[in-house]
Amino acid sequence: MGERVGIEVSLAAAEAVKMANVDVIAAYPITPQTHIVEHLSELVADGELDAEFIPVESEHSAMSVCCGSSAVGARTFTCTSSQGLALMNEIVFIAASLRLPIVMILANRSMSGPLSIWNDHTDVMSIRDCGWIQVFTENGQEVFDHVMFAFRVAESASVSLPIIINLDGFVLTHVIEPIEFWDDETVKKYLPDFKPVNQLHPDNPVTMGAFGLPSIFTEAKKAQNEALIQAKPEILKAWKEMGDLVGRHYQPVETYHAEGSETVFLTMGSFGETVSVAVDELRNQGKSVGQIKLRLWRPFPFDEFREAVRGIKRIIVLDRAVSFGGPGGPVASEIRSVLYQEENMPTITNFLCGFAGRDVTAQDYIAMYEQAEQMAQGRVRQEDYIIYGVRE
Amino acid sequence: MIEVRLHGRGGQGAVTSAELLALAAINQGNYAQAFPSFGPERRGAPVVAFCRIDDKPIRTRAAIYQPDMVLVLDPSILRLVKVTSGLKDDGILVTNTKYSGDELKKELGITHPIATVNATKIAMEELGLPITNTTMLGSLLKAREVVPFDSLIAPLKRRFGRIADKNIKVFTRAYQETLLTR
Amino acid sequence: MVKSEEELTWKDLEVGCVVSEAGNASQYKTGDWRSMRPVWDSTKCIRCGVCYIFCPDMAIHKTDEGYFEADLYYCKGCGICAQECITRCITMVEEEE
Repeated sequence: MGERVGIEVSLAAAEAVKMANVDVIAAYPITPQTHIVEHLSELVADGELDAEFIPVESEHSAMSVCCGSSAVGARTFTCTSSQGLALMNEIVFIAASLRLPIVMILANRSMSGPLSIWNDHTDVMSIRDCGWIQVFTENGQEVFDHVMFAFRVAESASVSLPIIINLDGFVLTHVIEPIEFWDDETVKKYLPDFKPVNQLHPDNPVTMGAFGLPSIFTEAKKAQNEALIQAKPEILKAWKEMGDLVGRHYQPVETYHAEGSETVFLTMGSFGETVSVAVDELRNQGKSVGQIKLRLWRPFPFDEFREAVRGIKRIIVLDRAVSFGGPGGPVASEIRSVLYQEENMPTITNFLCGFAGRDVTAQDYIAMYEQAEQMAQGRVRQEDYIIYGVRE
Repeated sequence: MIEVRLHGRGGQGAVTSAELLALAAINQGNYAQAFPSFGPERRGAPVVAFCRIDDKPIRTRAAIYQPDMVLVLDPSILRLVKVTSGLKDDGILVTNTKYSGDELKKELGITHPIATVNATKIAMEELGLPITNTTMLGSLLKAREVVPFDSLIAPLKRRFGRIADKNIKVFTRAYQETLLTR
Repeated sequence: MVKSEEELTWKDLEVGCVVSEAGNASQYKTGDWRSMRPVWDSTKCIRCGVCYIFCPDMAIHKTDEGYFEADLYYCKGCGICAQECITRCITMVEEEE
């Protein structure tokens, strides 16, 4: 195995991209993603990474460059946050429909306004339906591992889809912690060279991005949806092989003391680790509490999720974004939809918390659990949700 | 788990102190987190940084509200910010100051043990700059050896290159000159 | 292409809807967009090729004798050739006639 080093998660992410031997990086700096692209541009400028770093004038151009470079068969990486993602939005959808295996790290940040640079999940939830594979990470090690995973899955011939690695801005990007690097031999074993399914090449010309008349568009969307659903076997395989190689075993849905528990917290991203601390504390108090962590957001792991919640009475869903005027948080409404047809459907209690950098401690999660228990005494309607800690 | 909160001013290197401490712990095979108070960096403004050290993987991702130790890089902050906020009953305040521990306790009404050192003087004499981040790490370790003294030498060398010797000098001097007032 | 676009199922589509066959736009018949067709009067034609140059669909080609004619599989009947012809030797004739 590789060296265990203390390093800022952003720098480790950039080093992982370098080890994956990326060909083209096109990105525009935006807080809190900045350190990742800064470090990559340094690596290229210093000759440590033989790649093209294309500085662009906007994120819209960054994603456009990525589409071009991926289409000619170059291993392509970009990275953004929040308003940057919003600006590249148009091309994000095109990358998926063209089936271009671009890897993007999204350092999750709120969307303005009020103007904010801090972490929550508003940015990624705004592109839920963009057609990319989407995974969430909890710590620096998971970020490093998932850079390798992302290139491997995205580029495999049976998938050929772009992928977003979500990591929480600041909470992960700006933290120095121990990360076990991979050695070159392991990277080589895990990540084959990129062989594009289709390639723009003068010797064998093809057309990408052609017109789709109403007579063919429905079929095109069905094909795209099937491609995302059918990416799952390759996703599972890539996690399995990573587990065999580096000993860290990832799953679409991961659990912590969930089996046999009456109540579980549902988490995505770095808040999950603090929730685990709260779960330990509550279990010490004799409470029947566990945790479910949703790692794979798209394609949604229906079977694994339903299996994980079997026998559970209440799910406390933590949302880090608001569906304004809607049913609370986007994750909770999705979970309700997934479980709606199930017999013995658990009660969903939806807490919206941690907006734009508002800290949430283990004690806060314990308070949420207690509040959810009290609500269980009365009748909790499906559309009820609580914005935790808001000053009334 | 040991939790340290560091107080400084933007540009004084509080984050670097937290980072060096974490790197020393990680190099020892332990686990650590170092992180700033998240947000835009403003030179001169009072800032805090955090460091957690443990022999097990650390899962808490929130900020530190009940530190075991508080490290103050700039004495002017003592009168600006309530630096002992949340400090555990058995916690220690470690500060750069030209006053004695007793004088500070009296002036600021602090009940916790205080470790004091005139870090600005040491830094001016050795570095020629009032940057006290590496100096105060020596003081912190004197108050409580949260990582072994020697474990910081390698991270200091790596970080400071040709000025590493001077930084090791201030780190060592602060360790020797720190006084603990119970 | 064996199937017309209306017959293709989602499984028939290439990955990312790529058009993998280069130059297959030549299979696309635009001749049926036409309500008038160009007719050359060879007695007036000076074989200058202005019609060939101006044709926006490259539907006009040179004959063995050096005169010009339209490929009616592609000619949309736009009339630009007739408009630009120096000697006015091209007449647009109703398709019905």
